[in-house]
Amino acid sequence: MRPATLYLLLAGGVLAMAALPILLPWKQFVMTVAMAKGFAALGVALLLRAGMISIGHALFLALGAYAAAFMSRGAGITDLGLLILGSVAISTVCGALVGAYMVRYRAIFFAMLNLAVSMVVFSLLAKLYRVTGGTDGMRVPVPTIFGMEYDKSQFDAILYYVALVLIVAVGFLVHRYLKSPLGHALAAVHSNEVRLEYLGVSAWRVLLVAYTVSAALAGLGGVLTAVAVGHVLPEYAYWTESGHLVLTAVLGGIGGVAGPFLGSIFLEFVHSFAVGYADDAWNMINGIALLLVIFFLPQGLYGLIARRRAAKSVMERDEDK
Amino acid sequence: MLFAIVPLIVDGLANAALIFFVAVGLTLVFSVLRILNVAHGSFYSIGAYVAASIGLWIISSGLNPWLSFPALLIAAALVAALMGPLIERTLVHWTYGKGEAVQILVTFGLFLILEDLQRIVFGVRSIYADTPMALLGVSEIGGIIYLNYQLLLIGLAVLTLIGLRLFIRHTRQGKLISAVVEDREVSEAMGINTRRIFMMAFTLGVFLAALGGALATPTSGVAPGLGAETMVLAFAVAAIAGLGQVEGAAVAAVIVGVARVLAIYYVPALDAVAPYLVMLVVLLIWPYGLFGTTQSRRI
Amino acid sequence: MSDERALLSVRGITVNFAGVKAADDVTLSINRGDFTAIIGANGSGKTTFLNICTGYVKPQAGAVYLEGREITALPPRNIARQGIARSFQIPQLFTDQTVRENLMLSIAAREGVFQGFTPLDRPEYRAEADELIALVGLQSVADTLTGTLPEGLRKLADVTLALALKPRLLLLDEPTSGVSALERFDIMNTLMNALRERETTALFVEHDMEVVRRYADRVLVWDTGSVIADGLPDTVFADERVIKSVLGAV
Repeated sequence: MRPATLYLLLAGGVLAMAALPILLPWKQFVMTVAMAKGFAALGVALLLRAGMISIGHALFLALGAYAAAFMSRGAGITDLGLLILGSVAISTVCGALVGAYMVRYRAIFFAMLNLAVSMVVFSLLAKLYRVTGGTDGMRVPVPTIFGMEYDKSQFDAILYYVALVLIVAVGFLVHRYLKSPLGHALAAVHSNEVRLEYLGVSAWRVLLVAYTVSAALAGLGGVLTAVAVGHVLPEYAYWTESGHLVLTAVLGGIGGVAGPFLGSIFLEFVHSFAVGYADDAWNMINGIALLLVIFFLPQGLYGLIARRRAAKSVMERDEDK
Repeated sequence: MLFAIVPLIVDGLANAALIFFVAVGLTLVFSVLRILNVAHGSFYSIGAYVAASIGLWIISSGLNPWLSFPALLIAAALVAALMGPLIERTLVHWTYGKGEAVQILVTFGLFLILEDLQRIVFGVRSIYADTPMALLGVSEIGGIIYLNYQLLLIGLAVLTLIGLRLFIRHTRQGKLISAVVEDREVSEAMGINTRRIFMMAFTLGVFLAALGGALATPTSGVAPGLGAETMVLAFAVAAIAGLGQVEGAAVAAVIVGVARVLAIYYVPALDAVAPYLVMLVVLLIWPYGLFGTTQSRRI
Repeated sequence: MSDERALLSVRGITVNFAGVKAADDVTLSINRGDFTAIIGANGSGKTTFLNICTGYVKPQAGAVYLEGREITALPPRNIARQGIARSFQIPQLFTDQTVRENLMLSIAAREGVFQGFTPLDRPEYRAEADELIALVGLQSVADTLTGTLPEGLRKLADVTLALALKPRLLLLDEPTSGVSALERFDIMNTLMNALRERETTALFVEHDMEVVRRYADRVLVWDTGSVIADGLPDTVFADERVIKSVLGAV
């Protein structure tokens, strides 16, 4: 596809999303949530570029959401802008700290350690009743916007467009990041980490930046979800939520920035249809969809599926001690 | 103080025994197939559900309650026979020779499917079937009361470890398995049917996990979400030992079990978190686990 | 270091792999500006020597110095940043990227990849990459994914990737293996001219004795972890032991 066609399609997509609350007003809320989760899925997709699968990334979604809840309830911060900035800052710092440990690991260790940490946080959120409200979670009051108070439905309408503007702005920045040397180095971790190190680049630092960015994105998704839903629950950190994010990223493809958002919007549509019929089977549907994408539509995953021939032959062919 | 902690230790070891069954299956499958199955914990919970269902059926149809014991074993064998070969031949087989990313994604997809399948088949309520534990009763040693069933669990885990060791070192099938672990290409060149070995090892792994789950039902029952928790715990044990280390998994299971007891005794808030803390610290110091070895890439 | 001419020195390095001696108390220096060839039978320790110099293998004893500063067992990335680059026996490329993209990433790595949002594909990098591509004659495949190139071209791309780092010392692991006999001398000519022009010191492992004879200023002959001969090509090739140990085996 030529760049001009692509930009036209993207602009069309954004316009269609902008018109959606007018055309399908009853879909506005689910679409806000879909856009919010799209940020988290974009974070997961970033790591997928380096061949790393986090099956615990809902952790940072939950951190962003709970940070918003604590700020608005505990610290009395009610402004939407401040809530977003604060939550993203907190998840960024947590991402850098957790990431410093995580990015030492690859493949299954990376996946499982992320899962383990997310499960620890989930159980703490559920158990520390006096701090987090336990399994009941916490209510998040409707934020103000630049000091103005709105009722819930007005706020929801504004939030929808805030999320859409953020997608364009953040999406542009992430796109530039992926095109920069650092973004190329991220993909190079997957295609040949040994060579990257021999070019004098620290894969650890490259990955730490990516992990931190992905945590910030998930945190942004978290705070948007929290203010849209008006309630935060420990389930935000549960592994099924992480699984949903992985599916969204895989479904949308890891090539571009728009993919995870498209995946998220598509899945949210499917979910809102399926919820009446198969609520108990939603994870199963996710799992089957994940397998179907991997089996039949692996193009969006670029080199992730292809056999690592080159790497293998390195080990086989060298007989020089 | 010691008196207070001894029953806790037995409790911790009984817990470690259950996790050992899952972890050793996980690590065995990994060492033979070079795949870490993210859905492995689900076999534990499925084994638990099937065992609990059979156990409840035995009681409700008025059969001899002692039949509950063989029922635990039968439940595990049933799960292994039905699911092991089927899943290995289809999904897992497809990922052979593909990147680790695909193996994680595919087994994670399987995990999501199996979790909901359990909800649909067995419902969302917790199930308890504690007949075997009640039948065995308690014994008193030195003024401390122990559940006999817990002692049985510890004994069974030790027997399983010894049995696995004998199987791998001294039987034809076991030797074939270790040959494949040692060098897959050479084994294939020598005419070993790796296809069969993979299926056998995978099914054995499923059996061990399902057995752990079946044996757990009398003490802790089974509820949704058990599969995920078990998976992470089993991975923690396998990772502490070093992936692929069978005997190491036993040591790691004991370490995790004891760590948990100490946490309950001294810092109750850290009870559930203790195994993970142990794992994070161990991996920080020994990135390949206590008994694992590095595999560096030749260039 | 006392020797002013020495760029790289190793002192008493020893490496054992499960009882096999890959390096046995080796002490030597590589002089600035020299093209030094390493020859020896398979398993004599040639690649291990490169791996030690670049930090991939940690010697059990001994030390490595670059211009008198110790670099023993530093991670490969730190050694690369100090000016030692290497190519690989089996090409190590970013296979899902084009030749030009590979080179631009290498150039960016030299400048440091942590530099904000400026795209990798920028005029300066592109110009420099194209210059390198023209230098080694890869113009026709500049936009081809490196994973799809034939072995000989991949080899060349691999060497060029190391060249793009503008190293002071370049280690080449069998630069002409997998390259057809016809092209071999063309490639070596281009390469050696490029290195001379950039005043780069080079150390290359080589099996083709004709290539060694033509391009090496000095030859190191390895046998079971030791250097058994060291000198000008003609002198070394006349040595009885060398003929027996290496030339007979090749």
